[in-house]
Amino acid sequence: MITIIDYGVGNLGSLANLFDRLSMPYIISGKPEVISRAEALLLPGVGAAGEGMKNLRDQKLDTVLREKISAGVSFLGICLGMQVLFDQSEEGNTLCLGVMRGSVRRFRMTVKVPQIGWNQVYYPKAIPDNPLWAGIPQGSEYYFVNSYICAPDDPSVVIGTTVYDESFVSAIAAKNVVATQFHPEKSGAAGMQFIKNFVEAYL
Amino acid sequence: MITKRIIPCLDMTKAKVVKGIQFINFRDAGDPVVLAKKYDAEGADELTFLDITATTENRPILLDVVTRTAKEITIPFSVGGGIRSISDMRMILRAGADKVSVNTGAVIHPSLINDCANAFGSQCVVLSLDAKQIAPRRWNVFINGGTKDSGLSAIDWAKEATERGAGEILLTSIDQDGTKKGFDLELTRQVSRAVNVPIIASGGGGTKKDFLDVFTKGEADAALAASLFHFNELSIPELKTYLAQGGVSVREAI
Repeated sequence: MITIIDYGVGNLGSLANLFDRLSMPYIISGKPEVISRAEALLLPGVGAAGEGMKNLRDQKLDTVLREKISAGVSFLGICLGMQVLFDQSEEGNTLCLGVMRGSVRRFRMTVKVPQIGWNQVYYPKAIPDNPLWAGIPQGSEYYFVNSYICAPDDPSVVIGTTVYDESFVSAIAAKNVVATQFHPEKSGAAGMQFIKNFVEAYL
Repeated sequence: MITKRIIPCLDMTKAKVVKGIQFINFRDAGDPVVLAKKYDAEGADELTFLDITATTENRPILLDVVTRTAKEITIPFSVGGGIRSISDMRMILRAGADKVSVNTGAVIHPSLINDCANAFGSQCVVLSLDAKQIAPRRWNVFINGGTKDSGLSAIDWAKEATERGAGEILLTSIDQDGTKKGFDLELTRQVSRAVNVPIIASGGGGTKKDFLDVFTKGEADAALAASLFHFNELSIPELKTYLAQGGVSVREAI
């Protein structure tokens, strides 16, 4: 069963509704003792990196998360839940969890910020058989709400890219960790399929 | 490339009235949750719920509609009407809305925008701006459901509100609203150029071409309409096909 992490900046209701719709069980918790026993983790998040990291530290979840991820527990990060995986974020010069090498930067001022709306996600030609993209056509639209984007050091973790100010990384996967800049829980059928695929491939 | 959004607007007050008097033909269509599901299935990109008389009647928003909608739909939705405080906003977000729009409350107490953006993030805070032209190239912000001139210039207020943290602007032309004679392209373009956040154009959409114009000439990021969709005068798939043929990037639901 998946545990959705409650750290005060997540749209927990939307995720709970999604899992209800898929008839999949879940737990919602912000307690380190519950999360340390979790079989799989989902880190949601809307809002600022600084506040998100502060809440994770205050709730003593930062250490637990690093331990669980390095122990190989399946993990899905969404939006801010993707950004905090990296070393640091430009947003408020925030030191993040550092389980993925790389940084988080703001969109350039040549575009409207935040990016709000549906944008295409392209998977690299080399990985059309990735189970996360099963049944999802190349270039399907997903819902984004973000001002910041992740820049992983290791290009091999990239499983999805999207174009806004320029091409940016919209989904990553490395071992037990999957993360998306888009909101699958708000992305209609394409989003539900992605979550289903994650559950089938990683749980 | 980001797509242009089509947003049906559901008026909670009217829907309730329609349902209440058992207007047979519209009874099902009058339940906002049923309508919301239909629009989700048809490929709407987002939904907006407005309780337009909440301010003038000084009553709270219909939270149960928000909760029921959140359970049923798979796309984002915003809720507005009568929002006065952070606690109003928190209740609506907890009920499952993704964004909350502020209008009169923010004009009276502009710090409401800062407070809400700090508490929940700019992405949750939509400035709902009702504008009326008072002179050539001059629009003022009207409050209390469009009944009272605030004296503020629409362009200045749009700039101030985004500086305070509004992440998006729902821009309604009072002059065009309900006329089906097209969006106010000049107003939309001026506001879109004045600020660096997405603009949702509202008021006046009557034909497919009106939508094409508001995206290409009005420089809007999204367009909103209500009765046009509710009374099946224009379907969302038909509108999107037309826009795509006109070179506007729109989402294709899988």
